[in-house]
Amino acid sequence: MHAMTSLTRRGLLKSGGALMVSFALGAALPKRTIAQSAAAPDVDSFLAIHADGSVTIYTSKVDIGTGLATAFRQTAAEELGIPVERFNVIEGDTATTPNHGGTGGSSGIPRGAADIRRAAATARQALLDLGSKQLNRPAADLTISAGEVHPAADGKGIAVAALIGGKRFSLKVDPQAPLRDPAAYTVVGKPILRADVPAKCTGRHPYLQDLTVPGMLHGRVVRPASMGARLLSVDESSVRAIPGVRVVRVESFLGVVAKDEWAAIRAARELKATWSEWSGLPGSAGFERTLRESPVERDQVVVNRGDANAPKPLSATYYWPFQSHASLAPSCAVADCKESGTTVWSASQNPFGLRGNLAKVFGIPQEKIHVIYLDGSGSYGSNGNDDAAADALLLSRAAGQPVRMQWMREDEHGWDPKGPAQLLDIRGAIDAEGNITAWETQMWLPGGPQGDRALVGPESAGLAQGHGQNAGAMTLNTDPPYATANLRVVAHSLKDTPLRLSNLRAPGKIANVFAVEGFTDELAVAAGMDAAAFRRRLLADPRAIAVLDRALAMIEWQPRPSPNPKPAAGNLHVGRGIAYMRYKHTENYVAMAMEVAVDRATGKVTVRRVACAHDCGLIVNPDGLRNQVEGNIVQTLSRTLHEEVTFDRSRVTSVDWASYPVLTFPEAPAIEVALIDHPDQPSYGAGEAASAPVAAALANAIFDATGVRLRTVPFTPARVKAALA
Amino acid sequence: MPTYRFRVNGNAATVDSWDPDQPLLYVLRNTLGLHSAKFGCGLGQCGACTVLLDGQAVRSCVLPIRQAASHAVTTLEALPARIPDAFIAEQAAQCGYCTAGMVMGAAALLSQTPHPSLDQVKQSLAGNLCRCGTHTRILNAVMRVAKA
Repeated sequence: MHAMTSLTRRGLLKSGGALMVSFALGAALPKRTIAQSAAAPDVDSFLAIHADGSVTIYTSKVDIGTGLATAFRQTAAEELGIPVERFNVIEGDTATTPNHGGTGGSSGIPRGAADIRRAAATARQALLDLGSKQLNRPAADLTISAGEVHPAADGKGIAVAALIGGKRFSLKVDPQAPLRDPAAYTVVGKPILRADVPAKCTGRHPYLQDLTVPGMLHGRVVRPASMGARLLSVDESSVRAIPGVRVVRVESFLGVVAKDEWAAIRAARELKATWSEWSGLPGSAGFERTLRESPVERDQVVVNRGDANAPKPLSATYYWPFQSHASLAPSCAVADCKESGTTVWSASQNPFGLRGNLAKVFGIPQEKIHVIYLDGSGSYGSNGNDDAAADALLLSRAAGQPVRMQWMREDEHGWDPKGPAQLLDIRGAIDAEGNITAWETQMWLPGGPQGDRALVGPESAGLAQGHGQNAGAMTLNTDPPYATANLRVVAHSLKDTPLRLSNLRAPGKIANVFAVEGFTDELAVAAGMDAAAFRRRLLADPRAIAVLDRALAMIEWQPRPSPNPKPAAGNLHVGRGIAYMRYKHTENYVAMAMEVAVDRATGKVTVRRVACAHDCGLIVNPDGLRNQVEGNIVQTLSRTLHEEVTFDRSRVTSVDWASYPVLTFPEAPAIEVALIDHPDQPSYGAGEAASAPVAAALANAIFDATGVRLRTVPFTPARVKAALA
Repeated sequence: MPTYRFRVNGNAATVDSWDPDQPLLYVLRNTLGLHSAKFGCGLGQCGACTVLLDGQAVRSCVLPIRQAASHAVTTLEALPARIPDAFIAEQAAQCGYCTAGMVMGAAALLSQTPHPSLDQVKQSLAGNLCRCGTHTRILNAVMRVAKA
């Protein structure tokens, strides 16, 4: 690959044989409104059928390892009647793809695939009309299969490529275009193998980290020892012995560039710089108290129903720490900043959003910035990728050459924006039959003004930018999914946060369900009832009951109250737990059961089995979905058992895999996933939902095993051992 | 500039490095254009950079080029298809950034222990991190080869 600043959709399409004009919805339009926007998008902005019969899908939604691109191919193939193998996907290129929103909040399928499906459905009608003229048959008699428009009954057909190949549809997407009947699906719902997997397993998949462009330098940033420190002086002579190194300093932004990557790394490591003292952080030890005592920006009443003053004799407090995306690849970007235009290659989940933000911060007109998405490692939300893009741009602008900038491990763990800590107080009451008569959740979480998050490099460089915080929809699932007459939930968002906030997979919902489903378990114990039976009689939705029953059957659940009456075998306590939730109360139904063993002597928790029943409506690709659900489970077990961002008064101190451990292979449990398909129902995204009940199911299983309730994450051996003592 | 000779994927390679301590990873990626091994931590903690040195799994991000000299290095690009095919059959990747290291770690294990138990596979890959949570599939892929 090479410099692509001048590459436009027109140029690309000419080379690909199709004729089209570049298209993008104005970035000023709010995201996710494409279907409702006054100017309906063009079919051509999403789809191009080439002369050779192949099809390109264009989308701003990116496949960060979730299998989304394969699901897009299946969705479009199904509507168009063209074999799925003929489809390829161009993702997140601000010059060639439509902007139908960034990737996040599990919106890839419900919104991204829905947009592509409508475009393909409109194209199908156009193809049937074209075929009707060519074949002299009424369109109603025709169908499309195997890439050919042909009479449904019998007779000669014509290839789609012969009808439209290389030409534009010149049609607006018709939201009313008839959609294929899910009952007749032949591609959607099939476990089509992911197109990206073979190259990933043979070392040939092109990653952002592998990109080189002519004249490219390697860059590294030098972050201050204290997060808010100012750069006082730099001794450039300290790196003079390293070949070809240039030091870049813009105010307190410090970095190095070199032709040789290792030279850049060594120079960044050895460059002597003096920084001011700074100690503006509260420290992570006791942050629970800091959350409770800090000034509040706003109190949001999330739910308020019935009598707020109904008695609630039972109470408990749950705490979730700051966590990092901890991406396996440190954030990376290649930037080529020229007078004529700037190109940025990035693994950002929101290339259009990144372009807008860079334009604002760097004072470059948006149309002179071209952002091109390339695969990085999994990001699970907004990790450091956008910051890395800004760093690369700063370095390229100073160096006058393209720069590939990759963070080092300590940059990633230390400086990625974090998933917020959360403190939840819950109070509740039950009656003699096991009904929840009253419930109140009060949550505290770090905050600040809503808006664009400040980018690390530009902040040091003294560029004017917003200082907003946005961590995603943090307050959903703070109330129980069970019948509750008197219910009140209040979220206290603080004025400030010690660390920048970001959406991290299933924002807020994991901690919320940990607290809500943990406390539900506490109520079941208070009622002297079986944890599953207690929940089941308070659920009415058949889809909720179906997932609950399925998970219970998979784990061979024996009804009885907790804790487990069976005595420990030596130091080993064994137990089971269940958790249920409906994601955001309106999306996926997930029930999760676990079997654990807890070693009293060491405090080590071993997850033996996980059984998950998952209903996300229509399933596009069951194997891709299963992969994602398994990943959600394992990653959230890791977050629950191991992960906490620690910081002192000056800096993040969990800056590598030793100080921020994650789950390893010896801990990998046996996982069984049951997917419940509802082809007649809309698809919900599955990028997050199965994460949400994991911590609760684990804590509930540990209680069943030991009789001890863990209400603070992570469940490290030291914490478990202390709780059992 | 000092010159280092070693074998890479069966071929003789001669590379210059201004620094004898330059880790093998950067030589593979930037000098030889072999991109399968990935930079993950530079600390030997995550396994994304795993390659074989005389058949043993090593972390190329912390192996100085001088120590690789006169040894035989194998990267995923040259590995026989048997193990990658098992990973593909099990769809054992999400983002795939750890995958090359996983395959190479598995290759080292399977060359010594052709039929490992599940527990042996788990222990052997304990130093290879996967952040997407693809553990079950990776284990299934290695066991598919182990049982073949």
